[in-house]
Amino acid sequence: MVWLLTDSGERQMPDAVAGDGGLWLSPEDMTAATGWELKPEGLCLGDICVPSAPGGFVRDGKIDAAAFWRHMGWPVASSDDGGAWLLGEGAEARRSSLESLTAPDFTLPDLGGVQHALSGQRGKKVFLATWASW
Amino acid sequence: MDADAEAARQFIEAAAPDYISLIDRDHRVAGLYNMVNVPQAVWIGESGQIVRPPEVAGTYDTVRSRDKVTREVPTEVQARRDEARIVYQDAIRDWVKHGAESKHVFSPAEAKARLTVPDDNVATAHANFRLGQFLMRQGKPDAAEPLFIEARRLHPESWTIWRETEEKNDAGLAAGPTFWARIDALGEKKFYDTVDMAGMPG
Repeated sequence: MVWLLTDSGERQMPDAVAGDGGLWLSPEDMTAATGWELKPEGLCLGDICVPSAPGGFVRDGKIDAAAFWRHMGWPVASSDDGGAWLLGEGAEARRSSLESLTAPDFTLPDLGGVQHALSGQRGKKVFLATWASW
Repeated sequence: MDADAEAARQFIEAAAPDYISLIDRDHRVAGLYNMVNVPQAVWIGESGQIVRPPEVAGTYDTVRSRDKVTREVPTEVQARRDEARIVYQDAIRDWVKHGAESKHVFSPAEAKARLTVPDDNVATAHANFRLGQFLMRQGKPDAAEPLFIEARRLHPESWTIWRETEEKNDAGLAAGPTFWARIDALGEKKFYDTVDMAGMPG
């Protein structure tokens, strides 16, 4: 059993196979977890398609999601036992998001577990202050 | 930014604020806004535009002035910290009142010039940190530890990652000998950068 964390959540992937630095997913699982779809021309998201070289991140109808993520220059983290993986947002996306000066959106819970989105505060000024107990 | 929401609860409940207080277990905001310490703050206008990018939220670099034995801060440094707080709070009030006309609101060019943005190492550090926190919640501290070590290695500037993953004392603070050794290792660098604002003590 493999846990996969992405920007859209935390999922258990019963059919994923991890080993040798790779995380092999079925095309359906890849799409469900990341949005990227396997097509004849490569892995696609919207108008973008990334072809896989022979022996690359697509093999025998399976996708090495970790190899694809690294190929794109995006962060991959995994536990030593291969039981938990994270495919993160790349620095480039975060840089351009900040440089657009549109405040990056996020949703977080309050102490009672109620979720609040920053974008839900549009129309008001927001003083976004951070603090910690430690 | 607290991996353990319960650690924050007593402070939030005691303050009983009328603003929204969010629990950010995985330091998502630090990742998105490239923050490295608390308190840092961002000013966001009505249309969602950043008008002051992340900065120290009106405090002052007192930490390095503390007496190594008593941990006391000299009176004159305390006074500068108190002044920094007042200047910053007054600036927020001015922004609330005058909006985009406030002298503390940066133009887009000024805001961009003051932004710091993450590089690949910082993004990967946050990925390791988040996965480590996930494993901690699963009761696997041994599996989390190498991820935290990697996060610290990749993002040595981050006090938020370091302190969250450091051993806490009885008061819940990561303020033991390793913290002070890290402060000493700063050399000429500041723990809290001076806020770029008119009237702020230097």
